Amino acid sequence: MIKKKSLSSGLIITLGILVLVFLYFPVAVVFIYSFNSDTINSFPMGGFSFKWYGSLFQNRELMTSLLNSLKVALAGTAIAVIVGVPAAYGMHRVHFPGKQLLNRIVILPMMLPGVITGIAILAFIQEAGIRQGMGAVILGHATFLLGTVLPQVYTRLRQLDKSLEEAATDLGATEVQTFFQVVLPNIKTSIIGAALLSVTLSMDEIPVTYFLNGTFTTLPIKILGMTRNNFSPEVNAICSIILILSVAAIVASVAMNKKEV
Amino acid sequence: MSDTLIQLKRIHKSFGAQKVISELDLDVYDGEFLTLLGPSGCGKTTILRMIDGFEFPDDGEILLDGEDLVGIPANRRATNTVFQSYALFPHLSVRENVGFGLRMRKVPKAEAAKRVDEALALLQLESLAGRRPSQLSGGQQQRVAIARGLVNQPRVLLLDEPLGALDLHLRRQMQLELRKFQKTLGITFIYVTHDQEEALTMSDRIAVMNGGRIEQIDTPDEIYLRPRTRFAADFLGGANFLEGSLTPAGRGGSFSCEGAVFPLVNISGKPSAFTVRPEFVRLSSTAPEGPSIRGLVKACVFMGQVSRVSVRLPSGRLLHALTEGQSYAENAPVFVSWEPWRLCAVSD
Repeated sequence: MIKKKSLSSGLIITLGILVLVFLYFPVAVVFIYSFNSDTINSFPMGGFSFKWYGSLFQNRELMTSLLNSLKVALAGTAIAVIVGVPAAYGMHRVHFPGKQLLNRIVILPMMLPGVITGIAILAFIQEAGIRQGMGAVILGHATFLLGTVLPQVYTRLRQLDKSLEEAATDLGATEVQTFFQVVLPNIKTSIIGAALLSVTLSMDEIPVTYFLNGTFTTLPIKILGMTRNNFSPEVNAICSIILILSVAAIVASVAMNKKEV
Repeated sequence: MSDTLIQLKRIHKSFGAQKVISELDLDVYDGEFLTLLGPSGCGKTTILRMIDGFEFPDDGEILLDGEDLVGIPANRRATNTVFQSYALFPHLSVRENVGFGLRMRKVPKAEAAKRVDEALALLQLESLAGRRPSQLSGGQQQRVAIARGLVNQPRVLLLDEPLGALDLHLRRQMQLELRKFQKTLGITFIYVTHDQEEALTMSDRIAVMNGGRIEQIDTPDEIYLRPRTRFAADFLGGANFLEGSLTPAGRGGSFSCEGAVFPLVNISGKPSAFTVRPEFVRLSSTAPEGPSIRGLVKACVFMGQVSRVSVRLPSGRLLHALTEGQSYAENAPVFVSWEPWRLCAVSD
């Protein structure tokens, strides 16, 4: 009995390790090869070097696309926060039919395949007379980022003791004062958390961007192009940097959302 | 204690199809400690919320100093609430919490600082002024919530079961302190609770509520000694109810039940039953002077200071008595009697 149990738990552990290897081995390979002194990805590596990190910063096109990605991520997140936080507060304060439905629908642009969101927004901007380019990409990103910001902030608002707002009113605060003096400080961390997550999601987004960018290039699209023509080891280096920053941002985002609850 | 501060006139309130308050009148005197006492769902909190401006009556008037409050939003009423959950602002220190109302009402900084200091001193919170609410015990949070209301010098402080979350010992201590602050400051308190002990120890007057109506409003001893309705008698302290026949109604009449005839002292209106509190029931093994009922001891439970004796009356009905020290054997015959004035007439 005991033997059998240890056998099956051994099997589970082995399977678990295999799954983890399957998931993370490619990532590890990219990370390791980013320090390869050879131009070709081959094992054993020719030597250890930071040269690809160095040449990365010399690559003007890559740097431009990185800057573009940052612009899109920051602008898209800003719009999602500016629209999403008041919308979440409105949903929290006002009872209207279909509120729960709205809370679900708003996640759709993010949950749906990027192709669908991309085509939908493309069709929309063409109708609206907006040309493909940075503006369109920002708009597209803001749309699906709203799907992360609004539900996160709304959830936090619902966890907030309702009597806090009543206490503020009772003590003479207007609606606006109540929002800025009491509500906002207490949902601050969830907004920061949602924003961090939004930035990371925007930074590696391809499908929606692909429909809307025109000649405008973001980092993931640039990287895609680089791997297609002739594979440059700089890709390994930039991916490693993004990997580390993304993990940091996601950890911070989760920590922020856990706080204060 | 004679000026009326708040008047509720013919208040009606429903939530959807459910009627919460119907045809309610209430006068609150300036400087009094009034308790709204009743079971949950009796409408007591709704009354508080209507006075504070979080709910609006469907019909009727709420006057503060003769001025109709109904059109005035909650943030501009001279009322403050101590919430059941305290509702302290977690992101602000104790001092900032207490000063919040003054800041919102744009009281000059120097005056605000002075008043906050006074409030902190009154509630012995000076040493905790820099802390966040999460760093305080339940009792300390309670004090901050009270200070935060009092500092605004409201015409009336509304307290919604503020001691509910505290343990018994702390609750007793806070009862006395609350009463003390209220007397020192002379601010009118309207206090909502379902705890009869709290109501009896703190209040100038108690309004016993049931089903959205006030059953009786009186001083604690008046309600306790002379309950006017069956509900008031039962909710405050517990009571024995006796049914029998009344001959001739009015003063000098008598009440016969269980084979005995009791002279009547307290009687008004059309009583549906008579009540006598268990601690006023006298038991004796020999027939006492005056009217008495013969019964059999059903059970006798020792409770420390007193014993609780259940006596089966000739009709089969049980009557409870609290006796000091004596114990009775099961099925022992006893004579049940009381001072005539302990018998109260109640209506439904």
